[in-house]
Amino acid sequence: MVKLTIPEIELMSPGHTGCQGCGATIAMRYALKALGEKTIVSIPACCWAVMPGVWPNNCMRVPLLYTAFETTGASISGIKAALRALGEEDVTVMGWAGDGGTADIGMQALSAAAERNEDVIYVMYDNEAYMNTGIQRSGATPLGAWTTTTPVGKTKFWERRPKKPMVDIVAAHKVPYAATLSIGYPEDFVKKMKKAKEISGFRFLHIYSPCPTGWKSPPQYTPKLAKLAVTSRAFPLYEVEEGIYRVTMKPKKTPLKEYLMLQGRFRHLTDEDMKELERDIERRWKELLLKEEMTAKLEELNE
Amino acid sequence: MVRMLLTGNKTTAYSAMRSRVQVVSAYPITPQTTIVEHIAEFIADGLMKAEYIQVESEHSAMAAAIAASNTGARAFTATSAHGLLLMHEMLHWATGARLPVVMVNVNRALGPPWSVWADHLDSISQRDTGWMQYYVENNQEIFDTVIMAYKVSERPDIMLPSMISQDAFYLSHTVEPVDIVEQEVVDNYLPPYDPPYRLDVNNPAGFGSLVMPNHYYEFRYKIAEAMEKAKKYIKEAAEEWYEITGRDYRGLLDCYRCEDADVVLFGAGTMMSTAKEVVDWMRAEGKKVGVARIRVFRPFPGEDVRKVADGAAAIGVMDRAYGFGRGGAFFNEVNSALYNHRNRPPTKNYIIGLGGRDVKPRHIRAIFNDLLKVKDEGLDEEFRWFGLRRENMPEEEI
Amino acid sequence: MIPYDKLPHTPIASVNSVVVKTGAWRTFKPVINYEKCIRCMICWKFCPDVSIRLEDGSSYPAQSERIKETIKEAPVIDYDHCKGCGICAEECPTKAIEMVPEEK
Repeated sequence: MVKLTIPEIELMSPGHTGCQGCGATIAMRYALKALGEKTIVSIPACCWAVMPGVWPNNCMRVPLLYTAFETTGASISGIKAALRALGEEDVTVMGWAGDGGTADIGMQALSAAAERNEDVIYVMYDNEAYMNTGIQRSGATPLGAWTTTTPVGKTKFWERRPKKPMVDIVAAHKVPYAATLSIGYPEDFVKKMKKAKEISGFRFLHIYSPCPTGWKSPPQYTPKLAKLAVTSRAFPLYEVEEGIYRVTMKPKKTPLKEYLMLQGRFRHLTDEDMKELERDIERRWKELLLKEEMTAKLEELNE
Repeated sequence: MVRMLLTGNKTTAYSAMRSRVQVVSAYPITPQTTIVEHIAEFIADGLMKAEYIQVESEHSAMAAAIAASNTGARAFTATSAHGLLLMHEMLHWATGARLPVVMVNVNRALGPPWSVWADHLDSISQRDTGWMQYYVENNQEIFDTVIMAYKVSERPDIMLPSMISQDAFYLSHTVEPVDIVEQEVVDNYLPPYDPPYRLDVNNPAGFGSLVMPNHYYEFRYKIAEAMEKAKKYIKEAAEEWYEITGRDYRGLLDCYRCEDADVVLFGAGTMMSTAKEVVDWMRAEGKKVGVARIRVFRPFPGEDVRKVADGAAAIGVMDRAYGFGRGGAFFNEVNSALYNHRNRPPTKNYIIGLGGRDVKPRHIRAIFNDLLKVKDEGLDEEFRWFGLRRENMPEEEI
Repeated sequence: MIPYDKLPHTPIASVNSVVVKTGAWRTFKPVINYEKCIRCMICWKFCPDVSIRLEDGSSYPAQSERIKETIKEAPVIDYDHCKGCGICAEECPTKAIEMVPEEK
């Protein structure tokens, strides 16, 4: 028999309307493999609000509630409360929002759900801009990126601020689990998703999901880019469990330039610009390692 | 029956308890605040078994109520004024999703300038959201209407949300005797929520997906159709409640001495109780006046309005809100119901009581006298800002 | 077109999207050279369109007979749904998948 490294079960059907090489569809496929059939998903406005298909078609083999852009945190709270009221406690509830729906317009409902420690999983699938509306900048757009609202132009108007650190922000709410996942590492992805499923309370998962359409990258490079983002430290894989940071992958460093130059959205960057990005990324990496070192001491408190 | 002295807000909390709501998601706002406090107390004391979500905003309150309702639980919330406006997007959502969420709104003025007092512009601004809208005149009616509203909303062929509006402070903070109908009686009247569709892991489906223009139109028509059908069911639900309690809400329009009235005054909310009192006084003086209280604004009781017009020589409409650019909403709706009707008496709009300004019996009397003048001499003006502070203001307007 | 009185209250989507043949989007199609295939199923793992099925592999060659004996399944492309993104070809460790232009 074939030995598969991730579960064989498929709860996402083919025939969805995601673009060629869409990272967000790979993310959903893995998430449902890990969570299984007893899962209810709530999806706000984002690419995934369209990708399941035009009514009556639906690629999701689990119940799905579409909700308004800024409401994911509230929507999953309402589903979970109703399930408790109905005595259906064994169902996993997952919110599935994009980076704009999470880091920008959905931040308030997310923060409130995290603060209440709602017994739900909140996923931010991150393609680093408003892709469904056509590549506008979001709070998760990285330093240096071109988008349609941060065009390069003659004045180098490209994105000047680093990504909003969503895992840190949610972890600061003292939730039991927050982690970063990448579609480039399916086994780690499924492992974290399954771990999240077993924890009760608020769980936040930040999934890196490349977008060929918005990143101006060849569709076949989607997993490759996801892996390069991790190895170049642009998107480190780590988890925060009860306040304790743990970097789950410390790969051999690959040059940031290799990652950037496969994407049209960074094509305008000079070597000098890329050095600026590299400095920012290295600083964040060191900060992460310090957090890991510092919070390790909390282990004693937990015992 | 247990007769208790209760504020409108505590009555509202009792109505949620007796309706056995399963999920409450609410956010505090003056003057709704004590509703959510009382519900929280009921839950804390074990008197009410419901999940209470302490959301961070009204927008989330409605989003969570919608999600809970779609999961198969009976959902309830309450709000007021700016809170209701913040919900606006989700009000449309509840309708499109065809979910029987019930909400009590405490009618309050909108800022700026800040005002916490009675005014109908908050709920009038939600007119086109597809919610059934009830306006009540006393605390008993709040209790009765919440229970009846669930009954209508949850019908499998209706599945639309309901909003019950009560006037800030006049009801929310005023104590009145209220009969709290026993739980078993309410249970008999209102069975547990049994939704025709819900999020179910054993029967997975997607709710609210993208629809192309080839069918969106039909889904909208179905909402319109259900709203129209609801008129009949609202009356049926009231009939059944009348048989149990003897309290009569069988008309979408609550007509008081309209049958032989020369002039009829329309309006909604607590000021209509005052108007009924004035009708009795003026009738004693031989003046044939009547009152038509708009108890249900959505669906709009157009047929009933026409019936009233058949007998009246002049119609006045009081609006506790103004639609800037073209008169009060109740006035405009009464007019639109009459335009294609054979009998069209002159109609006049009285803008009154905005921002909680008291509507006194002498004001209503002056309005009736003004209407009797319209009957005899014809219409002088369409819109009158009654009681507008000005030089040489007539005594009866102060 | 469905008449309005045959529609549900609200769009409830329950038709499996397999009815949507997204294979029509393709400009390049992946072709597996089974003689190079080691049955690692990495192509299956990364497919965003769930368009690589694990089927009985007995009728397909493999890189070695030993592989065929130990692993009964082979990856088979579902051309009804494959959009031709090329991830499988890019990720294949033995370069057993080639992207060839669609003939239309």
